[in-house]
Amino acid sequence: MMEKPFEETLVAPGHRACAGCGCILAMRLALQALGKNVIVSMATGCMEVVTTPYPETAWRVPWIHAAFENAAAVASGVEAGLKSLGKSGVKSVAIAGDGGTADIGLQALSGAIERGHDFLYICYDNEAYMNTGVQRSGATPFGAWTTTTPIGKVKRGEDRPKKDLPAIIAAHGAPYVATASVAYPVDYMNKLKKAAAIHGPTYVQVHAPCTPGWRIDNNKTIEVARLAVLTGAWVLYEVENGKLNVTLKPPKRRPVADYLKMQGRFRHLTDAEIVEIQRMVDEQCKRFGIE
Amino acid sequence: MRQMLNGDEAAAIAAKLARVNVVSAYPITPQTIVVERLSEFVANGELGAEFMKVESEHSALSACIGASAVGARAFTATSSQGLMLMSEMLFVASGLRLPIVMVNANRSLSAPLSIWCDWGDSMAVRDCGWVQLQCENNQEVLDSTLQAFLVAESLLLPVMVCFDGYILSHTAEPVDVPGQAEVDRFLPPYRPKYKLDPEKPATMGAMGVPEYYEEFKFMQQAAMQAAKEELVKADNEFAKHFGRKYGLIEKYHSDDADVLLLTMGSLSSSVKEIIDRYRRRGEKVGLVKVRAFRPLPVDELIEALGHAKAVAILEKDVSFGSAGALFLDTAASFINVDKAPLMIDFICGMGGRDVDSLHIKEALRAAAKAAKAGEVKKIVRWLGLREKLVGLEE
Repeated sequence: MMEKPFEETLVAPGHRACAGCGCILAMRLALQALGKNVIVSMATGCMEVVTTPYPETAWRVPWIHAAFENAAAVASGVEAGLKSLGKSGVKSVAIAGDGGTADIGLQALSGAIERGHDFLYICYDNEAYMNTGVQRSGATPFGAWTTTTPIGKVKRGEDRPKKDLPAIIAAHGAPYVATASVAYPVDYMNKLKKAAAIHGPTYVQVHAPCTPGWRIDNNKTIEVARLAVLTGAWVLYEVENGKLNVTLKPPKRRPVADYLKMQGRFRHLTDAEIVEIQRMVDEQCKRFGIE
Repeated sequence: MRQMLNGDEAAAIAAKLARVNVVSAYPITPQTIVVERLSEFVANGELGAEFMKVESEHSALSACIGASAVGARAFTATSSQGLMLMSEMLFVASGLRLPIVMVNANRSLSAPLSIWCDWGDSMAVRDCGWVQLQCENNQEVLDSTLQAFLVAESLLLPVMVCFDGYILSHTAEPVDVPGQAEVDRFLPPYRPKYKLDPEKPATMGAMGVPEYYEEFKFMQQAAMQAAKEELVKADNEFAKHFGRKYGLIEKYHSDDADVLLLTMGSLSSSVKEIIDRYRRRGEKVGLVKVRAFRPLPVDELIEALGHAKAVAILEKDVSFGSAGALFLDTAASFINVDKAPLMIDFICGMGGRDVDSLHIKEALRAAAKAAKAGEVKKIVRWLGLREKLVGLEE
């Protein structure tokens, strides 16, 4: 499927990510797609912590971490700095998790996109604050257990739907916005290449399972990520200059229960709750023209 | 060339003369004129910089961090709430050892909201690892901002140039503006020792595990201590080019005085006026002005104040639950010193309250009384306080 996937990994092995981590896979694939002429500005989070315990680093490209909520602002400064020094051919890339993007980093991201900087923003979406031990974020899906949406007598998991970040970014008029999944690496890498080639602010949100946070076995990462797409719980698409293109339409959509039942974070769901989630997924698929 | 400039304009012109590559800033009173002038310089093509009109002060400094990390000379400006919103990134900038220069037009902190001057903002972040200079007049604003780049880039430390909001930021004074060619000879282009570059990949901001974090902080402290010498060097170099020199502290009729005032910023000018009047009457009083608050010039303070019987500190800030920060640091400077002067802390000028000649004389009288009595009854006092309003009867 992929050409020589491990020949040159710009994210080096030896990092401290969990076995089966979907996010570190998203990092490795990203740099495989983007190459070495990048400068990465990374938000605080799992990927920052597991890749750079001083004096070690997994990054074979220039990389900076400043804080949690400002990856986009730092990346915009990197771009402006390069421009002011007359340097071309280097792409400024911001990387943050879903909490660093949907919640605490949204203002900085909005500002950087609105200013029109030439940079690529990658959000690795594992649907909660995993680095601090699985707390809900704005990107946590309806019904999911996290340590701050526990299953109790009165409350049963996350009670709000997942924030629609790609739509928010697309509403800024960004020239390219895409969703991706670690289960579809070619699609993901093609989207990254396309995004990086565009002059202006571009955004790719990659769905990446967290094995301890989602309560799945270490060898189920790809299977679970793939089922998210095949059930329509996560839709792969791109919005290029305002035009929507769904890049994968599952031919015969699987019931969302297949996806939910593989994960401990949804173990508490009743049949009625699963029916409600199925209804939400059906509605989402309808919007994207997926049957 | 002499021009009538307010403090904000002097700072903006200094940034232009320093040929900054990236300006990233957000408007806040009373700093706004700095960013207005700089955007005009960029719009007119007088300054070939990237001007980033960011959406907050937090992002203003974050963007400076990104720009500085790739080797650009980066500049920002703020005040008060803006400095507070930046505060997280102040520590990151100094921890990453990025030589960013910022001017802060001193303004009090909310609540209650006040746009007027005191030092509450920069004092609140005095532990953030930035060099902090406090300016007396607009010439000093321009000159200190130019010196700031030299110091910052030689030690990889960020520098904050502070000046009193409105009192300096919005008051025009004659300022000698140096020519570009002379500034270029004084301040060479920034040649970063470390930068983010795909040709030579580096990781900046790795996680400091317990086995290393302490060493990082030690090195930061060592660089701050070295900044004293570097400030003097830059000041001497500046004097060679432009004939003006400021020092870490300034001594004004202080050597033979038993009674001294100690302050910073524009208040020093008012105090000098009063000292002159006393001196004309033959009274031996003097002033010591602190220009470098961080790093704190401990040896210089001991040398300048040590002979006095009493020192009254005038400051526009308070560390709630303790005392004024300038007083605390001055008092701490004399620890383990055989002979220390008596000290009284006068908190004054809060939220733009005018500090007039009567207040300064009151402080001098109190210090003289303490000198005579050989003791201080009340250490921390408030000058110009409307006592009835706070329930204190005469």
